[in-house]
Amino acid sequence: MPDGRSAVKRRASLRLWLSGSWLALVALAALLAPWIAPHDPLAQDLFAGRLPPFFAAGADPAYLLGTDSLGRDVLSRIIHGARIALTVALMAGVATALLGSLLGLLAGYLRGWTDIVISRLVDIWMAFPPVLFAILLIAVIGTGLTSIIVAIVVIDWTRFCRVVRAEAMNQSKMDYVASATIAGQGRASILWREIGPNVLPTIAALLTLEMGIAVIVEAILSFVNLSISTDAPTWGGMIAEGRTSIHQAWWVLVFPLVVLFLTVLSFSQLGEGLKDRFDPVLR
Amino acid sequence: MSAFLEIDTLSAVLHGSSQRLLRSVRLTVDRGEVRGLVGESGAGKSMIGKAVLGILPAAVRIVEGIIRLDGHDILAMPASERRRVIGATAALIPQDPLTALNPSRRIGPQITNRLVDILGWSKAAAKTRALELLDEVHIDAPERVMASYPHELSGGMRQRVLIASAFAANPKLVIADEPTTALDVTVQKQILKLIREMQARHDTAMLFVTHDLGVVSKVCQKLTVLYAGKVVEDTAVAAFFEAPQHPYSKALLAATPKYTDPFASLLPVHESVIASANAEITAADQEWRHGR
Amino acid sequence: MAGETPLIRVSNLCVNLPDMTRKPLFGRAPLLAILHDLTFDIPAGSVLGVVGQSGSGKSTLARAMLRLIEPSSGQITFDGQDIAHFDEAALKPFRRKAQMIFQDPMSSLNPRHRVERIVATPLVINGQNDARARAAEALDLVGLSRSFLTRYPHELSGGQRQRVGIARAIAMRPQFILADEIVSGLDVSSQAQVLNLLERLVRELKLTLAFISHDLSVIRRLCTHVLVLRSGRIVEHATVEDVFGNPQAAYTRELMDAIPLPDPDQPGWKA
Repeated sequence: MPDGRSAVKRRASLRLWLSGSWLALVALAALLAPWIAPHDPLAQDLFAGRLPPFFAAGADPAYLLGTDSLGRDVLSRIIHGARIALTVALMAGVATALLGSLLGLLAGYLRGWTDIVISRLVDIWMAFPPVLFAILLIAVIGTGLTSIIVAIVVIDWTRFCRVVRAEAMNQSKMDYVASATIAGQGRASILWREIGPNVLPTIAALLTLEMGIAVIVEAILSFVNLSISTDAPTWGGMIAEGRTSIHQAWWVLVFPLVVLFLTVLSFSQLGEGLKDRFDPVLR
Repeated sequence: MSAFLEIDTLSAVLHGSSQRLLRSVRLTVDRGEVRGLVGESGAGKSMIGKAVLGILPAAVRIVEGIIRLDGHDILAMPASERRRVIGATAALIPQDPLTALNPSRRIGPQITNRLVDILGWSKAAAKTRALELLDEVHIDAPERVMASYPHELSGGMRQRVLIASAFAANPKLVIADEPTTALDVTVQKQILKLIREMQARHDTAMLFVTHDLGVVSKVCQKLTVLYAGKVVEDTAVAAFFEAPQHPYSKALLAATPKYTDPFASLLPVHESVIASANAEITAADQEWRHGR
Repeated sequence: MAGETPLIRVSNLCVNLPDMTRKPLFGRAPLLAILHDLTFDIPAGSVLGVVGQSGSGKSTLARAMLRLIEPSSGQITFDGQDIAHFDEAALKPFRRKAQMIFQDPMSSLNPRHRVERIVATPLVINGQNDARARAAEALDLVGLSRSFLTRYPHELSGGQRQRVGIARAIAMRPQFILADEIVSGLDVSSQAQVLNLLERLVRELKLTLAFISHDLSVIRRLCTHVLVLRSGRIVEHATVEDVFGNPQAAYTRELMDAIPLPDPDQPGWKA
């Protein structure tokens, strides 16, 4: 019977489709970067500096999206940049989700002292200004991919913890949890088998959002030169470089920016779409 | 003479679907008369009340029929005009007395605001009227209640306030949507008596939506039984409880528990009754599609 | 044996719960006494109806009897053993023998699990190796075909969901079942079905049942004994014939008179 659910489903699946396709494309680019990138992302060719993209006058068809001021191929740098962006998104996103959700689930289900300790910790943690915190952290432990991931996890676990705790509290009040208790199910088993699956859609939605945030944070840190080495092709680093030559070579700034924008948007849309898809009542 | 509220061959569908939620519903309510609208969940009983008040959810679309309120064909009117007519003649007593009142505002303004802002009464007149109404619904300290917040009142008191509020602008039609479902039985009895008293005093037409045949027998004179959005029986209350006509109505009455006669009640609705009622629906739908 | 040794004996049961509406900004919420010194027996094989209005403490009593909350004081003797202050580990044998059916079947069935898993999980936890077969059997007993095993709760009607809740409770073959307002959310037609089913199961499986409800008409039909609660105290406790034939407490009379029977000539309702 056609009803309101199918409309929601259609909208959700279109959203899933578009965002999923873009992310798959980016992931593919990241995986196959050494083989599909037309040039070495680090190779400089000072004679081919600031070549415009293929559709503009004076373009070199070998450099589809043009070159930067050092003559490095923009397309190749974007493709290689996807590796770093996705590594950070995946590692930081998953680690943040694991740490935050675990603490949130424990606090929301066990309540009592566990909850008091975890919740106070979250409150205190969130009182630090996050960007300053990240910069400070990287200043202490040094730059590099691992540092960025650690910084994101350390800053953002609280987001998961709060939301998951609230959701776990809601689910704990449901009678199916009382019913599991009456059946003699242990607490760990209730948390894992009864509450966990019902909190999963929330975690999934937050996780994709977090991946988008991780990409942005990495870009910001690159922008202020706190990411990996300045040479390495990161989207944030490219945007920072492009900014200095915006009047002579807009493409150096605009292409990585568009890719960054689409990727972050796709992550958040994927989250929304997955949430609808995961909802057993809508499914 | 035509009735105050006339609903004729009203059909509604869910947006994007051809399945009817209301199936050519026809009913009337006269001045001074209470009509019970009975059915199980999903029968569309609340939807009829919402259609009359112009507050149907956006996903529900009326595909045919006439709703005539005090002689006005309200479905044929432009929206602003329709809102004016409905606002001037009809009022609602809602189901849940907690969510129907704004928790962050005092009771007084919640009753008087509509009189002042929409009907253009003076503040003093509105306040006098509110006090008078709270007195009518047997609230002992109207001044104090006016200054209270909803959470400071019991469920029964809140429902009294909502009844007072519904009658504030002298409506000619009141729609009561399961007004006692959330209440305890002893409070329900008081509220049902109060609704009956207010309706008689103001001589209003009333459409009383409920799932409880016991409540119908206490409040209503006429009765419409719905099954899957279709009227299966339309009769006087006294006649209904003596001898319901439609098999579904009979089964519904037999399934209603009675502590005075435990073994003659609580009889499950037989599958054949449901099957024949469903067959009736299918036949009606076919005829309807054919006619269009 | 029925009537001689009670299956459950509740004595001097008190439950105090924190009153969150009066919780100060800092520190603990003050305790509010919900149940005051309740003492009663449930004989094996009987069906006890517990009736009361909102705030009477009937749901708290249900949760205390099944040890979802720990009583503040008093004893709950089940099959000769006082379980009032057992911890979860010590409660394990009790959990096998006492089950509950909940008011809201939507929230009491995990929305992410299929019916088979919902009914079988308690069996698996308690080490039954033929859990799947017994889950299917329980579904037969409540009159649901086996095709329901693979469905999710949201795919069922209200009455079907409540029958899954009953199947889960009886699958364990418990001695005692507590039913908390299990028909108040159902339409009358499914209400009658569920009650008739429960009546049959009590007889066939020789269950002892506590049936919590606000509806005296339903209690009259199903129960052998009635306990009337008001503000956490017992107002009346007798057999169903005595309570309905000759109620002792004025409050019981008041409750009965307030029920709108499907009868336009019911006395006491004329204006």
